[in-house]
Amino acid sequence: MELLTNVLAATVVAGTPLLLVALGELICERSGVLNLGQEGMMLMGAVAGFVAALTSGSLVVGVAAAILAGIGMSLLFAFMAVSLAANQYAAGLALTIFGTGLSAFLGAGFVGQSIDGFSRVAIPFLSDIPVLGRVLFNQDPLVYLSLIAFVGVAVFLRHTRGGLLLRAVGEDPEAANANGLKVLTVRYLAVAFGGGMAGLAGAYLSLAYTPLWTENMTAGRGWIALALVVFATWRPERVVLGAYLFGAASILHLVLQGLGWTSSTELLAMLPYVVTILMLILLSWNPARTRLNTPLSLGQPYRPGR
Amino acid sequence: MTAALRLKLENIVKEYPGCRANDGIDLTVEAGEIHALLGENGAGKSTLMKVIYGVVQPDEGRMLWNGHEVRVTSPAQARSMGIGMVFQHFSLFETLTVAENIALSLPPVEARDRKRLDERIREVSERYGMALDPRRYVSTLSVGERQRVEIVRCLIQESTLLILDEPTSVLTPQEVSSLFATLRQLASEGCSILFISHKLEEVRNLCHNATVLRQGRVSGDCRPAEVSANDIARLMVGNDTPISTQVTAAAPGDVLLNVRALEWKSNDPFGTSLKKVALELRKGEIVGIAGVAGNGQDELLKALSGEILVDTGSISLDGKSIENLSPDQRRDLGVAIVPEERLGRGAVPNMSLADNALLTASGQGLVGRGLIRFGRVREYSQEVIRRFGVRCNGENSTAGSLSGGNLQKYIIGREALQKPRLLVASHPTWGVDVGSAVAIHEALVQLRDAGAAVVLISEDLDELYQLCNRLGALCEGRLSPLAPTSELSIEQLGQWMAGDFESAEVSHVAA
Amino acid sequence: MLLLERRPVDSALMRWASPLLALVLTIITGFCLFLAMGKDPVEGLKFFFITPISDLMGLAELGLKMAPLLLCAAGLTVCYRAKIWNIGAEGHFLMGALGASIMAVWLVNADGFWVLPVVLLSGTLAGMLWAGVASGLKTHLHCNEILTTIMLNYIALNLLLYVVHGPLKDPYGFGFPQSVMFADSALLPALIPGTRLHLGLAFGLLAAVVVWVLFARSFIGFQLNVVGQDHRAAAFAGFGARRLTWFAFLVGGATAGLAGASEVTGPIGQLVPQVSPGYGYTAIIVVFLGRMHALGIVVASALLALTFIGGEMLQIAMNMPKAVTGLFQGLLLFYLLTCDAFIHYRIRLKRPARQTTMAAKTALGEA
Repeated sequence: MELLTNVLAATVVAGTPLLLVALGELICERSGVLNLGQEGMMLMGAVAGFVAALTSGSLVVGVAAAILAGIGMSLLFAFMAVSLAANQYAAGLALTIFGTGLSAFLGAGFVGQSIDGFSRVAIPFLSDIPVLGRVLFNQDPLVYLSLIAFVGVAVFLRHTRGGLLLRAVGEDPEAANANGLKVLTVRYLAVAFGGGMAGLAGAYLSLAYTPLWTENMTAGRGWIALALVVFATWRPERVVLGAYLFGAASILHLVLQGLGWTSSTELLAMLPYVVTILMLILLSWNPARTRLNTPLSLGQPYRPGR
Repeated sequence: MTAALRLKLENIVKEYPGCRANDGIDLTVEAGEIHALLGENGAGKSTLMKVIYGVVQPDEGRMLWNGHEVRVTSPAQARSMGIGMVFQHFSLFETLTVAENIALSLPPVEARDRKRLDERIREVSERYGMALDPRRYVSTLSVGERQRVEIVRCLIQESTLLILDEPTSVLTPQEVSSLFATLRQLASEGCSILFISHKLEEVRNLCHNATVLRQGRVSGDCRPAEVSANDIARLMVGNDTPISTQVTAAAPGDVLLNVRALEWKSNDPFGTSLKKVALELRKGEIVGIAGVAGNGQDELLKALSGEILVDTGSISLDGKSIENLSPDQRRDLGVAIVPEERLGRGAVPNMSLADNALLTASGQGLVGRGLIRFGRVREYSQEVIRRFGVRCNGENSTAGSLSGGNLQKYIIGREALQKPRLLVASHPTWGVDVGSAVAIHEALVQLRDAGAAVVLISEDLDELYQLCNRLGALCEGRLSPLAPTSELSIEQLGQWMAGDFESAEVSHVAA
Repeated sequence: MLLLERRPVDSALMRWASPLLALVLTIITGFCLFLAMGKDPVEGLKFFFITPISDLMGLAELGLKMAPLLLCAAGLTVCYRAKIWNIGAEGHFLMGALGASIMAVWLVNADGFWVLPVVLLSGTLAGMLWAGVASGLKTHLHCNEILTTIMLNYIALNLLLYVVHGPLKDPYGFGFPQSVMFADSALLPALIPGTRLHLGLAFGLLAAVVVWVLFARSFIGFQLNVVGQDHRAAAFAGFGARRLTWFAFLVGGATAGLAGASEVTGPIGQLVPQVSPGYGYTAIIVVFLGRMHALGIVVASALLALTFIGGEMLQIAMNMPKAVTGLFQGLLLFYLLTCDAFIHYRIRLKRPARQTTMAAKTALGEA
């Protein structure tokens, strides 16, 4: 029981960065924009958060800097993919390559330094619930923030006019424009939200998960999150489920080692990536199922006029 | 000037890079008037409409609304003034409900109370004989029902000018008459209607006045009921274009194509499945297939071309079964296809005409040992251009730079030069100028006379009645029986288009 | 106000001017960056661009880095022309290195002219195998190739790390994660004696020629182009998308696999964990910068090879972080895509929404 609780708690921690970035990308994709730059935005968030927290001594400043860095990166992408109607695949890839390079450059002087990251804050009463209390309500503040973000995104999509607007723009920007909706504004906002969330996810890595900075510390989590959104067929509840599932896969080698099952760490480190591919297979073999929920204009650049 | 002026346009000019879409257009619409805006594709109708609705801003000119000069800068503003618009390709969102769609175009305050909105939708739709369930998802609605959603949306906003862009092109004849009843009711209550069309008989039937556009200018005004369709057509196309084809009688030969019990299940939630499609086609005849868009036309074409392989059933060409062959294998056996979308399927927009010849005519000796024979490709392309009168800057011009009519002539020519035994053409004259349409019709008739069998899929009933030996209709993936054109009344065809195949006692009406 | 307006016809000039413009913008940004860091910008740019290639040795090093980039880019060009977004060159490359190394270690005592071809071939096949996995996932299971190839890259990297830490680890290597040195018969001959430049560059140039023939002359190249520009037209014409997808992936896997094999049998001579400084990812930039054209990717691969050497040079000479290479590459791609927008669009002044006076019209001239 003790072990299970520990494993579940560790799963939530490992799943949280994925949850954050995937929720952002979900909103972004719902507006019809596919941003493959998650990895780059996360890395920028991670380095900005770490450097800001280190120099200011405040974790909150670090988080704010990470979110701003993510938004800044996403606006670069939005400028290319939304304003200039560039190919979204290429623009997203460029963002990832650029972010990887820039974050490594900016963080070069900070490798090897460490800070005191976020620590756990138990929520009164709720944390006393058996198992669930320890798993969900005795975590660091960013975990709570990710849960709040999930509820916010779910409610926004389903019950607000803004959510309706977002879904409309993502389904058919031409029709949205004919209806007088501001397609480009909606897309800019959605991309910026995605950027902020990716920045936050990066901060989670460098300020809570492993409070230090190393090059490429995201290790493909941005890409996994992209797969996660497809896996979740663009629904927030399934994103949560998927994020924790991937979280579990990524800590499995620790669990197995804990159980005395020794094997090569390199082989076990493959696991999240293998699971991602398996998930994609599971989901994609029937294209009709995916199609039903896919934002219809996903990946299509749109320019009004004409 | 008895009634009040609702809308007056003076000297509207709108220029796009490389074309002057509206060149000094004047137009007046009175209260309670049904006013037709006529013209060929590309005459400037859509642009003018977008100017009125605020989607684009004119470069010059004045617009007066109820006597006051206005500048419409957005559709939202147009709507708040009382201008409503029903688009040809509907501006609805399939994954949202009827009520959500309508809520999106209302000011947020009015849309907040969903219950109240549902009631208003029911109330308005019933008053005008267009029953609608506000909770249904648009993806589950038929095309006719979607049009109702658009109209109801305008009425809920209390529009006093309703613009309808080619509203009948997607409807069965029966749906057209009920739409007209609604429009007449609206007009009698004082709502003005701007009716955009290129179908002359409808306009003569419905509209009080008409303005005809040609090449961005007004070429004439008339009272459609008082002049002949021919006179209006002349205003639309000018004096030097032939308006119609003289079709000679056909002499069908042996059976060429035999389609039996074709079944194909679509795995696209928004697609149409084919159900028990049977079709027999003789050499030297043209068979027409009518139907409202989205009832399986595209799927039938793909099943015949080999782009989709059917689940069960057989297709045989001259006794040889071809249902398992790929498109290129079928093409080698003499099957030629002209798809509905000229750009993006029949031709690659950014490639030259020569490259586009290579798209389907590679089997005509244009490729040898895996390498392209550029000289032959050029010759083939030049021959298509010459024989079919394609107007372009030679075979190196890109497909996307040609007008719709010229590109369609090129595509038909590319297929015709391969001397096909079977040609399946979908909407070959859709959006094509009248001159090109005549040339395309002639090409089809020539192929027929050369002994080929032709399947013509079209929404244009005039075209079908003019060219085809036998006619049928597709509805929800099922194909009606085929009847000789001369024995098939338009009412009967309309019932088939609506899916009513049982009452198939063919009424003997001389055509 | 400035307004972006679609050109009636795409600008052919911009298509080729855009990479140059992007390079200029990148250099300007680099200039500002050096200033901001308090370093001499002229000196810095000189160390980055000029010094590395100012002698034969330097040029040979450039060719050395160019070889894997060009090989990977040639394969990716085939994929990207068909809009198959294969991001997996890095994985194909690593697998190629791994496959070749396993064979070379196995044949470490063999001698003969056949050893090298067998080693290279096994690397090539390993790359093709890895690309084949992504291809099968796409054609038969409809998985998005961007995500699968990225995942396969990470898996390949971990597989390589596992092998180099485990089965292939040199027992006499003092615990270092590396294989034994390959036999001489498994090593690529040098192109220029006395330098490290090896036959790999010739493979790269040959691959570029093949790409040129493929797209300028062959029907299958034409089919790949059609699939890329318009998959519905390709389906209509009956160009089997599955067949072409397999073709593109296998070519991509083969070239990148050969690149990996050439790297371990060339300058390194054994399997080490850091066999690739990200050649497979940089090759993506090469393809875009080279306009997916054979000649273009040759030039672009030389430029990006320079960024690797230039970065090392700056690290040594001016104590800059090595990451400047990645930054430079990212900036270049970013500017390139921005400039590319002006192939399809042009900027013009937005005129007032409505004008009735002739004066306003003439003021705008013929615009």
